Amino acid sequence: MSKDKPLIRVQNLSKSFGELGVLQEISTDIYPGEVVFIVGPSGSGKSTFLRCLNRLEEPTGGHILFDDADICDKKTDINKHRQKMGMVFQHFNLFPHLTIKENITIAPVKLKLMSQEEADKKAMELLERVGLPDKADAYPGMLSGGQKQRIAIARSLAMNPEVMLFDEPTSALDPEMVGEVLEIMGELAHQGMTMVVVTHEMGFSKEVASRVLFMADGQILEENPPEEFFGNPQNPRLRDFLSKVL
Amino acid sequence: MEQLTRALYQNLIEKDRYMYIVRGLGVTMEITLMAIAIGVVIGFIVAIVRSTHDKTGNMKVLNAVCQLYLTVIRGTPVMVQLLIMYYIVLTSVRSKIVVAGLAFGINSGAYVAEIVRGGIQSIDNGQFEAGRSLGFNYIQTMWYIILPQVFKSVLPALANEAIALLKETSICGYIALQDLTKGGDIIRSQTYNAYIPLLSVAAVYLIIVMLFSYLVKLLERRLRNSEQR
Repeated sequence: MSKDKPLIRVQNLSKSFGELGVLQEISTDIYPGEVVFIVGPSGSGKSTFLRCLNRLEEPTGGHILFDDADICDKKTDINKHRQKMGMVFQHFNLFPHLTIKENITIAPVKLKLMSQEEADKKAMELLERVGLPDKADAYPGMLSGGQKQRIAIARSLAMNPEVMLFDEPTSALDPEMVGEVLEIMGELAHQGMTMVVVTHEMGFSKEVASRVLFMADGQILEENPPEEFFGNPQNPRLRDFLSKVL
Repeated sequence: MEQLTRALYQNLIEKDRYMYIVRGLGVTMEITLMAIAIGVVIGFIVAIVRSTHDKTGNMKVLNAVCQLYLTVIRGTPVMVQLLIMYYIVLTSVRSKIVVAGLAFGINSGAYVAEIVRGGIQSIDNGQFEAGRSLGFNYIQTMWYIILPQVFKSVLPALANEAIALLKETSICGYIALQDLTKGGDIIRSQTYNAYIPLLSVAAVYLIIVMLFSYLVKLLERRLRNSEQR
């Protein structure tokens, strides 16, 4: 594990919806280049945790330090920080009224990070990278689920993010399309992208993760490199969980 | 037959009476276009305020103002609003067309607002989240991501509202504006013939509405083609 400064430092993060505590004082550090997988039973709070990292979900307590700023602080310009945190959703959330290329270029161009020409060039590079250069002028409605998710990844990458957050990126896909999305995520991981991934793909996390977190009841019950995590699980809840999903 | 020709001549040609209808149509169109423009602007603003409040809980005061506006405008007849505008609120405004355009625009804005609000609500929340996660602020997300989709989905309802508006303006004779309806009525009062002028006026309204519907259908088809699935 690198001894660098953590890229994201989560301290005592809590989130509750009214009476219901979804996250209970979670703390963890995510280092540059790390690929952190979060697994756990449904309702364990793993998606909520991920969505707190870019404040799509408003935390009710604790701190998230990213780039020397506390994201949980209301005074922090969250929009600036979100530009550096790409997010990929379970349901892709491509913009149906824009072409694929426009989907990728709209954010960098409208946020004045790139000129239209630069963004177009970048979009074509990214489309090559995700293997869909011929879809540049298509609309999202014409694509398969797997293709949409690959475009969604390209759209996030267009912002040159420092970290990519994946919220169950393959859960809404037909089984035969899961592979193509995982392949791209694997490549990203190998290229050194910092990634936080909420997923049910255990086999994939074994291959790619540098660390796996097990969450249940809004807490991190165990975190270890995948060999340890899957080979020698300590927490009884985790053992029980793994026996069910593996 | 000869009688009909003579009646037509008397009602429309003689003393250039058709000009009442032509000029009246001009006035009607001016008021309608002005009202549509005002209504769409007000409608979108009110809809955005209301749905922002629903989504985030912000803008409490503005939302209350919008609520009041919607309640009052939708709870009173447009003709009463027009008369109030003319005799109470805008007494110093010279142009009756402007008064009518404002009155109908403010009225229409309330209906447009509810149409657009429904449109915004129908957009999947994931679209908001995707926009925000890319670094757009709330307003940018609305402008670049949500509203273009809303516009497309509410276009048929907006067209309906515009058609209703065009026909509603026929009451502006009450503030002595010589619009299309009033034009026909003036001819009737001069020739003592009700059939020709009133049926002509009805026909003109009908043609305008049909033409407008046709244009909207073209526009809708073009918008739909752009995201063929």
